[in-house]
Amino acid sequence: MQLTLNINNKPETVDVEPETPLLWVLRDNIGLTGTKYGCGIARCGACTIHVDGQAMKACQLPASAAVGKRITTIEGLSGNSSHPVQQAWVEIGVPQCGYCQSGQIMAAAALIAKRKNPTLPEIEAAMADNLCRCGTYQRIVQAIRRASEIAQA
Amino acid sequence: MTKQILSRRSFIQASVAAGGGLMLGFHMPGALAATIGSQPQSTTTAVGTEINAWIVIDKDGTVTLRIPHTEMGQGGITSVAMLIAEELNVDWAKIKTEFADANRHLRNNKEYKVMSTHGSQLVRLQHPHLMGAGASARERLKQAAAEAWGVDRSAVEAKLGVLTAGNRTGTYGEFAEAAAKVQLDKEPEINKDPAKWWLLGKPRQRLDIPHKVDGSAKYAIDTRVPGMVYAAVKASPVPWGTLKSYNFDAIKGRPGVIAAVPLKAVPGKRNQPDLQDAVAVVADTWYRAKTALELMPIEWEFGESEKATTAGYYAEGHKLMEQKGLVSGKEDPQAAEIIAASKKVVTASFERPFETHARMEPINATVHVQPDRVDVWAPTQDQSAAILLVADQLGVDPKTVYAHTMFLGGGFGGNGAGGTGVTRQAAEISKQIGKPVKVLWPREEDLAQDKQRPLAVAKLTAAIGDDGLPTALFTRAAWFTIDGINQVGGATADYGIYNIPYKIPHRNHERHNAKTHIPSSTHRAPGANQLGFVSEVFVDEMAIAGGWDPLEWRLKMTEGLPDWQLVLKTLKEKSGFRTDLPKGEGMGVAVVESHGTIAAACATVTVSRRGRLNIEKVLVVLDAGRVINPHAAAEQCEGSVCWELSHAWTGGLELEGGRFVNTNFDTYNLLRIDQHPHVETIFASSGGTKWGGLGEPSGPPTPPAVANAIYYATGKRIRSTPFRSLDLTWT
Repeated sequence: MQLTLNINNKPETVDVEPETPLLWVLRDNIGLTGTKYGCGIARCGACTIHVDGQAMKACQLPASAAVGKRITTIEGLSGNSSHPVQQAWVEIGVPQCGYCQSGQIMAAAALIAKRKNPTLPEIEAAMADNLCRCGTYQRIVQAIRRASEIAQA
Repeated sequence: MTKQILSRRSFIQASVAAGGGLMLGFHMPGALAATIGSQPQSTTTAVGTEINAWIVIDKDGTVTLRIPHTEMGQGGITSVAMLIAEELNVDWAKIKTEFADANRHLRNNKEYKVMSTHGSQLVRLQHPHLMGAGASARERLKQAAAEAWGVDRSAVEAKLGVLTAGNRTGTYGEFAEAAAKVQLDKEPEINKDPAKWWLLGKPRQRLDIPHKVDGSAKYAIDTRVPGMVYAAVKASPVPWGTLKSYNFDAIKGRPGVIAAVPLKAVPGKRNQPDLQDAVAVVADTWYRAKTALELMPIEWEFGESEKATTAGYYAEGHKLMEQKGLVSGKEDPQAAEIIAASKKVVTASFERPFETHARMEPINATVHVQPDRVDVWAPTQDQSAAILLVADQLGVDPKTVYAHTMFLGGGFGGNGAGGTGVTRQAAEISKQIGKPVKVLWPREEDLAQDKQRPLAVAKLTAAIGDDGLPTALFTRAAWFTIDGINQVGGATADYGIYNIPYKIPHRNHERHNAKTHIPSSTHRAPGANQLGFVSEVFVDEMAIAGGWDPLEWRLKMTEGLPDWQLVLKTLKEKSGFRTDLPKGEGMGVAVVESHGTIAAACATVTVSRRGRLNIEKVLVVLDAGRVINPHAAAEQCEGSVCWELSHAWTGGLELEGGRFVNTNFDTYNLLRIDQHPHVETIFASSGGTKWGGLGEPSGPPTPPAVANAIYYATGKRIRSTPFRSLDLTWT
C-alpha cells in the first residue's frame, strides 16, 4: 500500500503493509537510521520520535496511523545539533555507547517543550520509558536541567 | 605510501558513487578539538605522510591518528588519541582520528599489536605501544629536522607540532616526509611520570559525542549496502537443540519474502562463535522477514537439556557445596579442622542467576560476499577476529576480508574476540543468497541466545576467634558454564572469593565447574561481578558476628596493604558510613578488586515497611594507580554501578524447560531512570607503577554494598539476587 508521510517537513512516499511499524519504515524504507530498534514492544524508548510534537514509540505505531501527521526524527530535531537538548547533551557529555540517545533526546525535547522547568519527579516520569544500558541516567537528568536553562536564555 | 592510500580510497569512493548509501569515513572540519567521523570505514581516509601505522601527518599540520580499538561508549577513541598525542606532542585541535584497518593488521603480522578491546585493558595494557608510537614518531621528526639543520637531535625541541633548534623552526608537516624515512638506532622510552604529562590526566570531551546527539553515528545495525536483503533468525529455543523441519511453503507467498535458509551446528563445535542450528527467513525488509519467521512452522528436538531450570541448577549447586571440588591455590586442611573445633562459626549459602548483556543494540551483522572480496559490518570488540571468523566460515583467505569498524551500541564483554555466531550466520546467508545480507536478531532472540553470565552458587563458612576476627575461612563455589568449562575469559569460579585481600590465617577455596547447555561469556567484570557479591556480603556477616563495625573490620583485615588502606580510609572519610541509622534506613560498604583496580562502594538505602527499596546514593572510591581522562573515567564508573545494580535489583534471567522465559524488557528488567541512585566517584590514586582498568571495577562492590545496607535498614540478610524477588518488608 502506498503511504505518504510527512517526515522532518518532507513528504516521503513508501510502499509497505499499512500495519508496518513506523520505525521500520523510517530505518529500512527511508534510510533514517538515527531512530533505533531496541525491543519492538515499546518498553525501551530507543525508537522515540515526535508525532505532532508528542513523544511516541515508533516501534508500536503503524505507519498508516502516522499519515497526515507531523513526524520528527532525531535527524530533523534541529538539523544542526542546535536544539537546547542537543547542546546540553554535548556540554554535559551524556552519551556513552550512544545507541539509546536519539530516543532519550527526543523524549527530553518533548518534555521541555511542555514543561519549562521540569522537577525531578517530572523528569523521571517523562524519561522512565527510556532505557540506557550504559547507565547515563544521572547525566541525562543533569542535561535536561541544563537544556531548560539554555532554552530560556 | 601516500599513493597506495589514495588508490584504495578511490576504490571506496567509486563504490559509493555506484551505490549511494555505502558508508565511508569523513571528518568534521574545523572543530576546536580533535575529531572522529560519524561513519566508520575499513580503509584509511587520512591525507598526508604515514610516519608509522598509527600516525599520518599532513603538510598543513593535521595529524590523523589511527585507532586500532573499538568505541563502545568507554571513550576508547579519545583515550587512544590522548596516549599517542601525549608523546607526539601535537595540538589537540589538530588531531583527526580514524579507525585502523583490521585487514592491514592481519596482513602485516598483527601490525597494531592488539585490536581486541576488552578486559578494561586499553589504557592499562596497551599504553606502552600506543605511547611508544607517538614517541617514536616525535623522535623521527626531530631527527629529520636535525639532519636538515645540521644539528644534533638532542638540540631539537618538539612541542605542539612545532620543531625548534636555536632560531630555526619548522612544523611537523614540513618534516613529515623526511621523518617517514628516518630509522632510529634505538626507540625512545615513554614518559610514565604523571607529573610531567601535559595532556594525559586532564579531562577531555569524548570525540564521539557530537555524532551521538544528531543520529549520525553509525552502528552495525545501521549498515545499508546497495542490493542488501534482510534476515531474521531463530535458533533452537533450547540452545543446541536440533532443527528437525520447517515449512517455508507456509510463508513463501508473503510480501517480500525471498528464502528460508537453514543453518546447522558443526558437531563437536560449541565454542562462543560457533553456529547453532537455526533457520533464517530472508526478505526485502527486516520487518517482513521477522513477521514471516514468526509465522513459519518450525520443529525442534531438544533432548535432555529441556529439563534444565534455574531452580534445578540451584539445587544441583547446593549439593556440590557439600562435595570436594578443585582446590584454588594451596590446599589448607586446617581451615576445615579449625572451623569444626570452633565455638563460633558463621555459615551462609548464596545464589545468583544467569544474566545477559542486553546491549541496547541487538545482536546483528551484515556481510557482503563477493567473488574476490568479503565485507563485514559487525558490532564486535575485535575487528580482526571478525575477519578470521568470516574467512573460516567461508573458507576464504582472510586477506580478502575487510571489516568495517562501527560504533558499538554497548559492548560489556559480549562481543569479546568478535565471538558471536551472528557473523557466521550473515556470512553463510550472504554466500547462499548471493547478496549482501543484514542479519538482525529480534530482541527476544538476543536475550534468549546471547552468551550469558553463568549462574552461580556458593557456600562460605568461617570460624570466629576471641577477638571477633576470623581464624579460618572455608569456601566453595559452583558456576554453570557451557559443558563445564573451567574459565570464562580470565575468570574461574574462584574469582572474587579466592583473591580477597583479607589476612585470614587459614583459608581453603574449592570450585566446581557444573555443566549447562547455556553458552557462557565474559560479562563486564567477569567473575568479580558474581562472586564479589558473595564474599563481600559474607564479610559483613563475619564482622557483625564478631562484634566489629564492617568498615573497621575491612580496615583491620587489610592492614599492611597500603593501596587497600588508601581506598578504605578515603571511603570512610567521604561516605560518613554509620550503622546506627533509624530502621528503614541503612548504609552498607563493600570492596572488590578487579582489572588491577581496587574499588570500594558505600550505598545508602531506604526500605519502606512494605518492602519498597530506594537506593539513594552509591559512592565509589577507586585506586587505578592513575587516571588518563577523568571525564570518561567517571562516566565508566557511574555506568558500572548502574550495570551491576540492574542485575542485582531488577534482572535475573529465568530458565524453564531448558530455555529462557523472560526475554524482553517487559520481563527482563533493566534499571530505569527513576530507580537510579546518585552516583559519586572519587579517585584515590596510589600512583607508582600501577595501571588499573576503569571500565568495570566499580560494578562488583555495588550490589554487596546495597545488600549490606538493606540489612541495616530491615534486619534481613540478602544472599541472593535479584532483590526485586525478595521480601524486604519489616515491622
